[in-house]
Amino acid sequence: MLLPLHQPPAPAPRQAGVARLDGVAVNVERTPVLRGVDLTVLAGEVLGVIGANGSGKSTLLRVLATLLVPASGTGHVLGATLGTTACSAVRSRVALVGHTPALYPHLTLAENLHVVARLTGVAAATVDGALETVGLAGAAGRRADRCSQGMQRRAELARALAAAPSLLLLDEPHAGLDADSRGLIDLVTDRVRRAGGACVAVSHDRDRLHTLADRVVEVVDGQVRATREVPA
Amino acid sequence: MTAPAAAPTPLRQCLELARKDLRAEARAGEALLVTAPFGAVALLLVPLAVGTDTPLLRELGPGLFWVVVLLFGVLVTLRASAVDGPAQLELLRLCGITATTRLFGRALANAALLLGVQVLLAPVAVVLYDPDLSGWPWLLPAMLLVAVGLGVLGALADAVAQGLAERTTLGPLLVAPLAVPLLLGATQVLAAARYDRGPWPWLLLMATAVLVVTLAAALCAAHLEEAR
Repeated sequence: MLLPLHQPPAPAPRQAGVARLDGVAVNVERTPVLRGVDLTVLAGEVLGVIGANGSGKSTLLRVLATLLVPASGTGHVLGATLGTTACSAVRSRVALVGHTPALYPHLTLAENLHVVARLTGVAAATVDGALETVGLAGAAGRRADRCSQGMQRRAELARALAAAPSLLLLDEPHAGLDADSRGLIDLVTDRVRRAGGACVAVSHDRDRLHTLADRVVEVVDGQVRATREVPA
Repeated sequence: MTAPAAAPTPLRQCLELARKDLRAEARAGEALLVTAPFGAVALLLVPLAVGTDTPLLRELGPGLFWVVVLLFGVLVTLRASAVDGPAQLELLRLCGITATTRLFGRALANAALLLGVQVLLAPVAVVLYDPDLSGWPWLLPAMLLVAVGLGVLGALADAVAQGLAERTTLGPLLVAPLAVPLLLGATQVLAAARYDRGPWPWLLLMATAVLVVTLAAALCAAHLEEAR
């Protein structure tokens, strides 16, 4: 059963300011992956990024996570300019739920989350609440390498919930989740945007992304080609 | 938006990372259940090869102990359970953990495990080689310095070779030459104590080597991450 951690506040109005990229180009191993990307992520929104495999979607997420430095162009994430030391100060306000689970295989699901919580100063009770919210309280003592992909995915969502990020980045968020668990994506993104943060979800699944996002941009060959508001 | 939580100090983060590594090692058992027994076997094979020349074995014993600690210690520092994949590295970076904190967290865990390996192998060496143990208390600082020095060296080599397919080949090649002052010092500490020569110069050599390696690691860690 999914239990709310606390009563969410009223939705924050969408406004500019979470992240902005202007003409950003990124090379990975000297190969251009992103070329002249202009993108704004507004507070209180879920931005969907759609594109074919290899179009540069995941690279775009890593730029927004401040993990990749643009080769050219400028970018700002949560007030920090990309490529400057200010990025390290805002990273703990960014959560990335990647395509590959970032769990330590020898640790239990609970240990995985508690390690990160202690590293970032999040209270243990918040982690336990998040595990309960995603329905993993009963499996919290199971080693990560003995859990299914779906359970690992839910653990990652619990970690994102506990971190209460200002910017949540989701790479193929529905992958590995069964129909019952897919509602968790809505729950987590809803929490973030109600708290005034923003979410960016990348996927190649157009239909699912349209149900999740307020606005969808398409990435084609490393360039943002089209932006479309999703009707409510 | 949510106000950022107060981040723990780098020292606390270091300790937490080391704790995480040690917990993973306790489950994987690579260092103490796999590598240390191999080290004991290596110590056992030498007397079989040399024969029952007790005075010779007694003379060789301390040196062989440190050679085995060095060689198998490198494997401990490069254990698979301590490998962070790209996803884990990204996670730690997003937690605001600097490359320097990560490196010293790993070094701390390495040092604890290396001390454990030495404690396991030392009785084996004593039983097999029957060395002259006069001045044995000097071994304690030597063991500590070897554990810390090799731990930092291993963490540094791991940071250099991270993500490379040749990690397990490159690691020992990077560590072994830099560990020579530690090997030299550790071997001579007991010999000096036995012959009533002060072991201080050798301990000082080891401490200097540890300090240099630690400073190099502190200065290089961030640049190694940028270069990747």
